[in-house]
Amino acid sequence: MTMPSLAIPRPVHPTGVWGWVTTIDHKRIGILYGVTAFVLFVIGGVEALVMRAQLVQAELDVVSPEMFNQLFTMHGTTMIFLAIMPMGAAFFNYVIPLQIGARDVAFPRLNAFSYWTFLAGAIMLNGSWFLGGAPNAGWFGYAPITGAAYNPGHGIDFWIMSLQILGIASLAAAFNFIVTILNMRAPGMTLMRMPLFTWMTLITAFLLVLAFPVITVALIELMFDRFFGTNFFVPGAGANPILWQHLFWVFGHPEVYILILPAMGIVSEVLPTFSKKPLFGYPVVVLSGLIIGFMGWMVWSHHMFTVGLGPIANSVFTITTMAIAVPTGIKIFNWLGTMWKGSITFSTPMLFSLGFITVFTIGGISGVMHSQAASDAQQQDTYFIVAHIHYVLFGGSIFALIAGIYYWFPKFTGRMYDELGGKITFWLVFAGMNLTFFPMHFTGLDGMPRRIYTYDSAMGWEFWNLTSTAGAALLAVGIAALIYNVVSGWVRGKQAPGDPWDARTLEWSMSSPPPEYNFAEIPTVTEVDDWWASKRRKDAAPVIAGASEDEGHSIHLPQPSYWPLVVSVGLLIGGYGLIYHYAVAAIGLAVSMVGVYAWSFEPVNDPDEGSGH
Amino acid sequence: MATAAHGGEHEATTTGLNHRKMLMWAFLGSDCMFFGSLIATYLVYKGKSKGGPQPIDVFDIPVTSVSTFVLLMSSMSMVLAYSALTRGSLKGFRIWIASTAIMGMTFLAFQVFEFNDFVNYEVHFKCEEVGTGSLTEFEESFSDRCVDGVDEVDGIHDSEGNNLTGLTPKTNLFGTTFFTLTGFHGAHVTLGVIWLLSIFFYSFRRGRVTPERHLDVDLAALYWHFVDVVWIVIFTVVYLFGVFEGF
Repeated sequence: MTMPSLAIPRPVHPTGVWGWVTTIDHKRIGILYGVTAFVLFVIGGVEALVMRAQLVQAELDVVSPEMFNQLFTMHGTTMIFLAIMPMGAAFFNYVIPLQIGARDVAFPRLNAFSYWTFLAGAIMLNGSWFLGGAPNAGWFGYAPITGAAYNPGHGIDFWIMSLQILGIASLAAAFNFIVTILNMRAPGMTLMRMPLFTWMTLITAFLLVLAFPVITVALIELMFDRFFGTNFFVPGAGANPILWQHLFWVFGHPEVYILILPAMGIVSEVLPTFSKKPLFGYPVVVLSGLIIGFMGWMVWSHHMFTVGLGPIANSVFTITTMAIAVPTGIKIFNWLGTMWKGSITFSTPMLFSLGFITVFTIGGISGVMHSQAASDAQQQDTYFIVAHIHYVLFGGSIFALIAGIYYWFPKFTGRMYDELGGKITFWLVFAGMNLTFFPMHFTGLDGMPRRIYTYDSAMGWEFWNLTSTAGAALLAVGIAALIYNVVSGWVRGKQAPGDPWDARTLEWSMSSPPPEYNFAEIPTVTEVDDWWASKRRKDAAPVIAGASEDEGHSIHLPQPSYWPLVVSVGLLIGGYGLIYHYAVAAIGLAVSMVGVYAWSFEPVNDPDEGSGH
Repeated sequence: MATAAHGGEHEATTTGLNHRKMLMWAFLGSDCMFFGSLIATYLVYKGKSKGGPQPIDVFDIPVTSVSTFVLLMSSMSMVLAYSALTRGSLKGFRIWIASTAIMGMTFLAFQVFEFNDFVNYEVHFKCEEVGTGSLTEFEESFSDRCVDGVDEVDGIHDSEGNNLTGLTPKTNLFGTTFFTLTGFHGAHVTLGVIWLLSIFFYSFRRGRVTPERHLDVDLAALYWHFVDVVWIVIFTVVYLFGVFEGF
């Protein structure tokens, strides 16, 4: 069967670079996501290091104030949208189909489209450095300072277009994972038998689906103001710029949970595995995840306590914000309960998970401190807030993601990492992180505002800023150690068995790395942690799948496709077109439309081809 | 509209609901938040415009009621198209899906006409009406044109003859929010029309649109009905609430 509309042959069994470009295998896409996100994480980290160099002493001139504005904007936007979110997506991609006993995601080509669109957004944002300057209004882009009147130049345009493109990527991925998780579970895997990571991914996907349209609308309004002269955020026309803050934070607070829920899921997998005990209170941990996902919508105005919304609004949001700490606290107690009287192995993923619990708890407590509007008024826009977000996003999300990297490393690569190197990495990162961010509590309470490019030497902030910069340097060494550890393990680590940790969930029931088709035979699930249980059942000897080369050749996998990439390229061209010339935007739209049509008419599997390998 | 080689409608799924249908529901949930945010913006700025025409000046409820009726009827013909297909009548299917697309295009034509009308809106009133309460606030703001010897204001123009009372997205907050909200709805209808026409033309290829592949049509229908429902909300909140007092 040939394509009716375009006579371009589809890739049948591409190898090398083409194999990666046209791949729709969830495992390969997961690796693409992970590697790309890590590179962007390093870029965001370098931006932070330059800022720390500027702040190491008072009244330095390492970078100009204009450059400093661009640095903190790009650091925040990069870390949130281009590092933590896609690193989470890397784990969703690689792990979820394996955990639920599926051969791939529900829409493999849509999955490839998500990755390429994410890459397009990353190019759009970081390209701004070379095209007249990066965005400079903070990652939250408050109007009207992002309006054309106060911010001419293309920096904000790039910020808007890249976030729109990244939004499309995130939405496509979220739709895909909702359908995959709800619809492709192995027989017997009821909702309450799903692994915790799968559960938290499902909640995250729902948050993405409902939160991203809100920022899409906010960005459209800002874009129209800048491109077409509308009045959404023009105070002179009677507009209220607080609207931007509401729209942004209605998205922005669920976004916080989009960043942390996958991390909680990873930790909930690692702790039981290395404690040799089931997760304590599984239903309660699931329920508290659901409550967090639900209540995440009721707290957005705590980002706006100093706006002057009035005592009623501030009181309500104080109460809801304090309340949302409760389900998080429940999870922490459940994790402690999991380890209680467990037979604990202090391997690297376990160390990072323990680091997560301690550091995230500190960040949670400082969060409860500024949940009170009166207290927050003192802390708003100071380094105390910077300390808080880095304790929850670095100490929380990043620690858990690194735990996930080490935990699933044997599964991803088929090789073992060096355990001593992993432990050294942990202690470097842990010490560096606390040395960097803990002093920010002091400078913040001492009144040091965030987002300033320098400060007066008479303020007495130099010692703690020096400490923070020293910590940042140590952290950089830790991340370098992590890279060395991972790369050397990947290149020359020893062969990994299918189940090196004596783990609990289905992804460990197959060889490392898994065969292309994942499961030769789809397993039947009878309880939570079914793989763990089946290893202990006397009747059934577990078999590591994929051991034989001949297996699985009769399994039809979806075939590679060019079209997801074509649609993404069209979006990228269209994004540049909207900024520079509408004719180019029309070309981008046309490219995307051609891609969408060809994609629609392309069968997932050509019956005549592809079965003969 | 992907062809059904994926196992199509008959794929075994955990919930029993087809993958693509579940994706469509998730997408519509997401789109609810999209239109919800646009409508919220419209409502936040309702009555906050500084100058320029207001809903009461430009809206013509009878005309928009006609286009609303056409769009609602298109939902009915969409149902009939789907029903004809599942009964195996390809001819009936083509007639009804073409009707749906034509009604969609009719709605869009009304919208183009309406936008054009608003952009070229001119103020007309007789000077004897000034101060009687029968003029809108915007019209009253031109009462200073009623000097001695002028008994009618017939449009406000600059020295080059350009109309100064049109409503554009730049004019005021009403123009900004109205054109953005209804424009995005119009874009959704346009996409729907393209989708319906694609299926219509595709149905002339033998074996591509069949009762067994009814899901391809079902998904387009779901989208089409959703776009209609959104219009009911917009018509009520923007048009009716904008003109009739007491809402």
